[in-house]
Amino acid sequence: MTTDGSGRLPNAFHQPGVGSFTDFLGMHAPDMMPGKRTLGPGTVDAPHGTTIVAVTYTGGVVMAGDRRATMGNIIAQRDIEKVFQADEHSCVGIAGTAGLAIELVRLFQVELEHYEKLQGATLSLEGKANRLSMMIRGNLPMAMQGLAVVPIFAGYDLLVSDPQKAGRIFSFDVTGGRYEEHSFHAVGSGSMFARGALKKFFREDFSQQDAVRACVEALYDAADDDSATGGPDLTRQIYPVVVSCSIEGFQRVADDVLHDMVGRVVDARMIRPGGPAAPLS
Amino acid sequence: MSAPFYVSPEQLMKDRADYARKGIARGRSNVVLQYAEGILFVAENPSKALHKISEVYDRIAFAAVGRYNEFENLRVAGVRLADLTGYTYDRSDVTARTIANAYAQTLGAIFSGAGEKPYEIEIVVAEVGESEDDDTIYRLTYDGSVTEEHAFVAMGGQAEHISGLLKERFVVDSSLTAALRLAVDVLTQAPDGEMRALTAGQLEVAALVRSRTRRAFRRYVGPELEALLAASSAHEAEVPDADVDPDVES
Repeated sequence: MTTDGSGRLPNAFHQPGVGSFTDFLGMHAPDMMPGKRTLGPGTVDAPHGTTIVAVTYTGGVVMAGDRRATMGNIIAQRDIEKVFQADEHSCVGIAGTAGLAIELVRLFQVELEHYEKLQGATLSLEGKANRLSMMIRGNLPMAMQGLAVVPIFAGYDLLVSDPQKAGRIFSFDVTGGRYEEHSFHAVGSGSMFARGALKKFFREDFSQQDAVRACVEALYDAADDDSATGGPDLTRQIYPVVVSCSIEGFQRVADDVLHDMVGRVVDARMIRPGGPAAPLS
Repeated sequence: MSAPFYVSPEQLMKDRADYARKGIARGRSNVVLQYAEGILFVAENPSKALHKISEVYDRIAFAAVGRYNEFENLRVAGVRLADLTGYTYDRSDVTARTIANAYAQTLGAIFSGAGEKPYEIEIVVAEVGESEDDDTIYRLTYDGSVTEEHAFVAMGGQAEHISGLLKERFVVDSSLTAALRLAVDVLTQAPDGEMRALTAGQLEVAALVRSRTRRAFRRYVGPELEALLAASSAHEAEVPDADVDPDVES
């Protein structure tokens, strides 16, 4: 696959000017491109990932996802990871058909690193979001057969003049539409409940820890009302995947930190199942 | 119609090799050496943007001398091959050997192909392993021959002279600053013994650092490089221990 008859690397490898791995893949191995496959008629049952939330804070952004994948009424996987590092300063979470979404994320990760290595510079945060939107647009034929992928992208924008407001969130629709979200956003089947919760929790002066807490609470609320979203599994110690992006870069919140925080959230819900009360005035 | 002149294959290859060697000999030099925490790359390169040392993959780096457009072309091909292999299989399946092999085939085909001029370049592909013994360093020349090197490699205009100096002075398990000191020393010492001065602005310095998770490649630039150079020049010129044999088989 990688060499022609002479043993030499094929021409696509030596093509100057292409900084994109996806473009290279399209030239050299189009069969490996997601979205370039011919589809048969009918539908398939495949695992679906569910709720992802993202919240900005002073100096960064936090993203979190529950751990459940469902297939109809079946829990396909109880410890799936749906939030990933995209590169040094950004992260991506996925809802929708898990298999396609994970492939898309892998390609997106390679795409960003590839560009960085070839060009010797990282893409702007907007550039990364646009690239992702183009990749989702390529998946449109699949989406029309019920295999949609809906990611959420967030990161620390190194080009923003005010570092306090450098945490940014982008959402996407199945047609590749890209929208910048302010303060917080959620995608997936439980997103309406999570978004409702975040609307009440969110404060402009959130610290990173506050944002993590808000995400965990919002995912709890989503799991409370949406059967496809998994709550924290205390018996198996499976907690949401929580990550943050700040000037220091991407960081995954450690399991022992989450263990304590989830413990506090669950303890509080023992007394008040609906979660923290928001003051009316 | 007169018959074309007969040129023996030996003469043809010798001419092509001489051509490539002359091109390489005009350029500045590049030194790759193992140190306690990984592999250090030091090149004399006044440009900030046109690199002679680059990252290829998580644990693999690339260093070259000669014509920029030619080695840049191969660097890009190597990054594409690495990323494609990693995407198709797994990140751990990308090795320096795969990339060195592809380079060797490509350079060999170009060298012996009648339609193209030989590339005037030399390349090092290095991979940092779990321990110093697992590090691999491949050196590729203009004709596609590959040699696996240990301890150190020098390429470029003064390659032989610099290799000679390194052979005398290389010490295994040296610190980053000591290794940098040695690399800068050998780059600045002319064959007639005269020392030139090289500032941070004239040097390109990078390393594959063993302890770094995932992407081991790291550049040293700006104030950090200046501080490192200042710290390294505080080292006394190290004298190899009697029991360390620096003449490692290659």
